[in-house]
Amino acid sequence: MLPYPLLTLSLILMWLLLNGFTPGHLVLGILVAVFASWAMASLRPDKPRLGKWYLLPKLFGIVLYDIVKSNIAVARVILKVGRRSHNPGFLTVELDIENHTAIAVLAVVLTSTPGSAWLEYDSNDKTVLLHILDLDNEAEWRNTIKNRYEKLLMEIFA
Amino acid sequence: MMQSAADMPVWAAIAVAFFLLVGSGLALIGAIGFLRLPTFYERIHAPTLGTSWGIGGVMLASMIFFTVSSGRPVFHEILIGIFVTVTTPITFMLLARAALHRDRAEGNGNVPDKPNRSQAARDVLGEGDTQSG
Repeated sequence: MLPYPLLTLSLILMWLLLNGFTPGHLVLGILVAVFASWAMASLRPDKPRLGKWYLLPKLFGIVLYDIVKSNIAVARVILKVGRRSHNPGFLTVELDIENHTAIAVLAVVLTSTPGSAWLEYDSNDKTVLLHILDLDNEAEWRNTIKNRYEKLLMEIFA
Repeated sequence: MMQSAADMPVWAAIAVAFFLLVGSGLALIGAIGFLRLPTFYERIHAPTLGTSWGIGGVMLASMIFFTVSSGRPVFHEILIGIFVTVTTPITFMLLARAALHRDRAEGNGNVPDKPNRSQAARDVLGEGDTQSG
């Protein structure tokens, strides 16, 4: 009946946020969400398996905190750019995750964190090429990606 | 019931002003960085200030302002934040990969080459077939 319960739930929530909560809109939202998730099912995308979904808030918190930190760091770099205080560079990281959704989430996390940009993922040798605005401590960046994000994502999409 | 902005309690006014200034300040710094950073790959980092806490700050300010002034919870701004966060990486990756492709094809800059690229990609880039990948 409901091929993608999470998608359906998110669509209902979105409908109610956009239109305000009334019983009429709840019914209409449920109808729209159910039909939309059937449409999605006919596209047959890979269904992500959320193993430990309760770790999602933890990931969200970590990412929000890191975004605040890197916002400050990048703002600092930009405002004193005349003195060439930073050291931009490319970084290739080997990834262990193979789940497409998990890789997509990792890409969104790394791109929306200022200071690191996801350039391209190579599915043959499972490496990703990143560009880092301030690559002073390469080992630390590698450690952040591998241990802070990737480990958690592998647990969530187990 | 809608109040005018002058009737807001002080704590709300301060919170709204703070988040609005943080958000728009970060967006401004991002724009300055866009202008001042020397290379394309460095410039790609500057607008992410605006798309992360730039949008976040303005979003929070708007949520607080309309929640306080209309007397009921207003949360739909969060959708803007979610959609901006989810969609910007796509544009960034497109732009970055176009730049990478061009730099590799023209051989300028110290762009890292792909170690085992497929033969088809080598042909497109006009490279000699040193090793088939």
